[in-house]
Amino acid sequence: MVSTALHAPAPPLAVPAAPLLSVRSLRKSYGAREILKGISFDLARGETLVLIGPSGSGKTTVLRCLNHLETPSGGEIRLAGESVGGEPGPDGRWRPLGEAALARQRRRFGFVFQRFNLFPHLSALDNVTIGPRRTLGLSRAEAEARAKAQLARVSLAEHMHKRPSQLSGGQQQRVAIARALAMEPELILFDEPTSALDPELVHEVLDVMRGLAREGLTMIVVTHEMRFARQVADRLIVMEDGAIVEEGVPEAIFTDPSDPRTRRFLTHVLDR
Amino acid sequence: MTIDWAVVTMAIPLLAQGALTSLKIAALAGILGLAGGVALGLISLGGPAPARLVVRGYVDFIRGTPLLIQIFIVFFGLPMLGWRPGEFISGVLALSLNSAAYVAEVVRGAVGSVERGQSEAAKSIGMTRGQILVHVLLPQAIRPMTPALTNDLITLVKNTSLLSVISVYELTRSGQAIIASHFVPLEIFALLALYYYVIISCLAYVSRQLERRLPAW
Ligand SMILES: Nc1ncnc2c1ncn2[C@@H]1O[C@H](COP(=O)(O)OP(=O)(O)OP(=O)(O)O)[C@@H](O)[C@H]1O
Ligand SMILES: [Mg+2]
Repeated sequence: MVSTALHAPAPPLAVPAAPLLSVRSLRKSYGAREILKGISFDLARGETLVLIGPSGSGKTTVLRCLNHLETPSGGEIRLAGESVGGEPGPDGRWRPLGEAALARQRRRFGFVFQRFNLFPHLSALDNVTIGPRRTLGLSRAEAEARAKAQLARVSLAEHMHKRPSQLSGGQQQRVAIARALAMEPELILFDEPTSALDPELVHEVLDVMRGLAREGLTMIVVTHEMRFARQVADRLIVMEDGAIVEEGVPEAIFTDPSDPRTRRFLTHVLDR
Repeated sequence: MTIDWAVVTMAIPLLAQGALTSLKIAALAGILGLAGGVALGLISLGGPAPARLVVRGYVDFIRGTPLLIQIFIVFFGLPMLGWRPGEFISGVLALSLNSAAYVAEVVRGAVGSVERGQSEAAKSIGMTRGQILVHVLLPQAIRPMTPALTNDLITLVKNTSLLSVISVYELTRSGQAIIASHFVPLEIFALLALYYYVIISCLAYVSRQLERRLPAW
């Protein structure tokens, strides 16, 4: 790198790298009800973005629109420059991707659900293996090797042959994280990953996520765990009523929120 | 009234022959009906829209018409298409076509009742509709499907008796033959009922055992 810098013209300073994910004017309506009223943000590679906001503000809907579990009603999502879910045609009309192409794009997002959504008929190992094996076309041996490595990463190697019903909530959620990791996605979306857990199991999932953030995984996390948000977030977005009301580094927002709605929300959650 | 025990003793092994044929028909039609029904059910869940419509229409037709008529349609219809498979195969086909429609409904119901989060999790790791059906939904639907499928199978066994109208020499038909030559209708029909009852009780027992052994999670 140094030698290129000597011989090539120096690149202009402080040009930010192209964002991994860029979201513009994302809208979602159910019938006449507008749930997302134009959400825009960027996410850089390796960044941890935490989304907070009162219940019903649309956080889950944002995540589900990003990987098209819900079809957005408008706006643009780009992953590494590629339009997600379809593209405007030459006539400007939106042309949705076909099923197979959409499935291929979804592989680039990991998703961790509030209620884990593990496959109950499969062992922990098979839950993690099935994705690489069936959708990435890895051989059974390759897929299993990858799955075992990811289960070890979430400290579940010794439980890999158990069914989800034989695991605690915290263990199940860690399997779900391993399942997402095994797809080697470009980013992972977490939707309140600890809110269905007994309080004493929350920390083991948060510990894993802290580790992932430290390793430079790109993630978007919706959470009500404010201490955790403050620790891991590179950036924080506060949502209310389908819109972003505040965005910035957590220290600034927690200590001196500029928007009165943020202040109200924070006093409410920090009181608890 | 007196019971003609001599005829009864004579009829028992003859009817056993017929019962064997009935079981063979039920087994064949059961397998074909199950395979066809699962295929139809999967199409109606995840197939392309026109195919779904065709399956819907087929299921509605089968469920909305008497089996007896369907048997006649197959029996007289196949020769019109240039194929004369004989009454045994016609009968098996008619029962298979009928049973497939009912199985399709069971599959659709059971797969459709698997929790929505399962499909979403599968989508989130990039599975396509077909893969989700085969690897995620269908395996979870097997246990909830078993009682309904058992009922369908029991109905199928009973329905084999209708094939007597196209002269398939199954249990009912073999009883009718004895009645025709000896005229002891009550004894023979009572015996027929007993045969069907035993067969169906055995089936019900086996399926209960099977259900208990199926994995629950
Ligand atoms: N499928 C749907 N049909 C109709 N309305 C929906 C649907 N899904 C979500 N909503 C509505 O959209 C709004 C935003 O929901 P969303 O789940 O995104 O909020 P959230 O911020 O995740 O809330 P929470 O913190 O409670 O999880 C809510 O008012 C909800 O009722
Ligand atoms: Mg939510």
